[in-house]
Amino acid sequence: MDFTLNEEQLMFAETARSLFADSCTPDHWRKMMEAGQAIDPARWASIVETGLTLVLLPESAGGIGLSEVDFALIAQEAGYVALPEPLVESAGVAAPMLASLAPEHELLGDPMAAIAIAHPLNPFVANADSAAAIILHDGGEAFLATPDQVTLVAQSSIDPFRRLFRVEWNKANATSLGKGADWDLALDRASVFNAAMGLGLAQRAVDLAVDYAKDRQQFGKPIGSYQAVKHHLASAQVAIEFARPVVMAAAADIGHRDAQARARVSHAKLVALEAADKAARASIQVHGAMGYSWEVDVHLFLKRALALTQSWGTPAFHRARIADRLFNQPAGPDQTFARESDHA
Amino acid sequence: MDLTYTPEQQAFRAEVRAWLTAHVPAQPLEHFDATREGFEAHRQWEKTLKSGDWGMVTWPVEYGGRGLDLIQWLIFEEEYYRAGAPGRVNQNGIFLLGPTLIEFGTHEQKQRFLPSMASGEEIWAQAWSEPQAGSDLAGVRATCVQDGDDYVLNGHKIWSSRAVFADWAFGLFRTPGTERHKGLSLIFFPLDAPGVTVNAIKKINGHVGFAEIFLENVRVPAFNRLGDEGQGWHICMATAGFERGLMLRSPARYQVAAKKLAELWTAHKNSADPALEADVVRAHMNADAYALNIYQTASRLMAGAKIGPEASTNKIFWSELDIHLTQTALAILGPVAELTHDAPDAAPVDWIDDYIFALAGPIYAGSNEIQRNIIAERMLGLPR
Repeated sequence: MDFTLNEEQLMFAETARSLFADSCTPDHWRKMMEAGQAIDPARWASIVETGLTLVLLPESAGGIGLSEVDFALIAQEAGYVALPEPLVESAGVAAPMLASLAPEHELLGDPMAAIAIAHPLNPFVANADSAAAIILHDGGEAFLATPDQVTLVAQSSIDPFRRLFRVEWNKANATSLGKGADWDLALDRASVFNAAMGLGLAQRAVDLAVDYAKDRQQFGKPIGSYQAVKHHLASAQVAIEFARPVVMAAAADIGHRDAQARARVSHAKLVALEAADKAARASIQVHGAMGYSWEVDVHLFLKRALALTQSWGTPAFHRARIADRLFNQPAGPDQTFARESDHA
Repeated sequence: MDLTYTPEQQAFRAEVRAWLTAHVPAQPLEHFDATREGFEAHRQWEKTLKSGDWGMVTWPVEYGGRGLDLIQWLIFEEEYYRAGAPGRVNQNGIFLLGPTLIEFGTHEQKQRFLPSMASGEEIWAQAWSEPQAGSDLAGVRATCVQDGDDYVLNGHKIWSSRAVFADWAFGLFRTPGTERHKGLSLIFFPLDAPGVTVNAIKKINGHVGFAEIFLENVRVPAFNRLGDEGQGWHICMATAGFERGLMLRSPARYQVAAKKLAELWTAHKNSADPALEADVVRAHMNADAYALNIYQTASRLMAGAKIGPEASTNKIFWSELDIHLTQTALAILGPVAELTHDAPDAAPVDWIDDYIFALAGPIYAGSNEIQRNIIAERMLGLPR
């Protein structure tokens, strides 16, 4: 039993943090918004160059073969800057799925190629237009198509960096990847990484409000010295602190593929995105009327949290998976790390 | 990161489980705050625990402990709550003062006080608050004046948990003429010493769990001062860290409660409001999250980290989850919820009593408002 992160894990997170801090500033994404741009090719190139897209990919497919815990730490950093590029869905969910079905596929040899994925739980596919290929679902079977082999119906999202599409496609124009696709694993990975992004979004919303509250004066004092303001932000921080170990344990649990692991993944997605929502709303409140304006950056973190909350399984879907574990598996204090197989 | 127990940890769990199965009283004991008899029955249980060397598992062996690490402590606590073993009447001693003594006491002080604490021979009350100093503990006015090899104590303490029946108390005392955090010392005194008057204060549930203590020229040896004179504030903050951070409320307590709540829901789901299932699931999630958080903290501390202001987040989380959990149980029970355990139609689990107890959570061990200030100022860096 050792619930700590090792040096290598912290190193990758630090690499991602400094890369994003330098390149993914609010000024930069505001310019992208004005230009209607969802992806910055230069930043994507530096992400690829740093190896972040290879972290979760198995060595057999040219990757580094690290774990979901490692990738979750990177996803957390992506959330902290509200990263526009589809690093998490492509490198954390779609590419590993493609690698498991077709490890020799040429797309995997091109780390610049982002891959989109249409999971049966998601009616809309994110970033389908800029992807090199889209993984599609039909009756449990996975197919691959390029954007020009399908019809994309754009659906504008409240989050300016989420380019969503309804994908209409025909099997005749797609390549079958066979029936071996593990859609549940894709869901669990996406859920945990979205949860990790939620932690990052939440912390950023708190940090933005803290900076503002130290600076902004009312009644002759910084507003951050008032208890009412402190308590909004402290409550948000409590939510973050109690979501973080759940996200990390869920990431470490994914390989087990049992009711316990599924419940923990769902728990992580629920509470991390609730923390993000709570933190974003606290941050807006602390910013006052400025917080409701386009000018202050908080709204982008709120909008990303909104988007991630309802995709990859709604809160009701995830709550049902936790209920399934609670009511059908042994519960209690000796079951924190128990496995379903212990009760077989 | 390795979230599996080692074979040694699994064997330890089996050992704890076997011992508790053989020794936990079949009938629940009367509450230790309810009557002297209930208190003494719990003292007897502490002695039984000590007979199996389970009195204080994390303390060094030479001071009456078992020398176990924090993960083993968590496993012990999980089995303890799973077995439905009696509440720890000496929790002020074993979870608050004990770790503080181990960190700040001299060898002689440890030898004098720790083994009798671990065995239940001496049961401790805390005497921190005063009528004018609750959450603002730096405002204590009770005084200590050195006279030869003794201290002479004077003052008025209040909200002292366990003091009605306990043997000893530890409290903060001020060297006259000093102010705020400076000049405070942590001093132990026997509750039957000449000059000590203990008046019971009934809690919201009618139990005599609190007391006010009047000290009139109470004489104790200077040996009873922990740390240097004037170091009391520093020591107390460490004690508060143990309390809020880890030891006061082990996660197992809430995991057992969440399990009972799930069973209550299963038994009532055909008649109760279907919307309550989400609250039952939430209670389980909260208890699980608290356990994971504590395992993470324990792992970090074992790897050499120190507990910091994030300890304040724990206290807020467990106190709020406890209220939500017990409130959910009352909602499921409906009209039966208001019945006390002696009513003919009472529920098998006394949820109303648990709810009433949970209401104290956001107040004791430093109110949640103060904890939120600590988080805002020391974790987030907001101005005072």
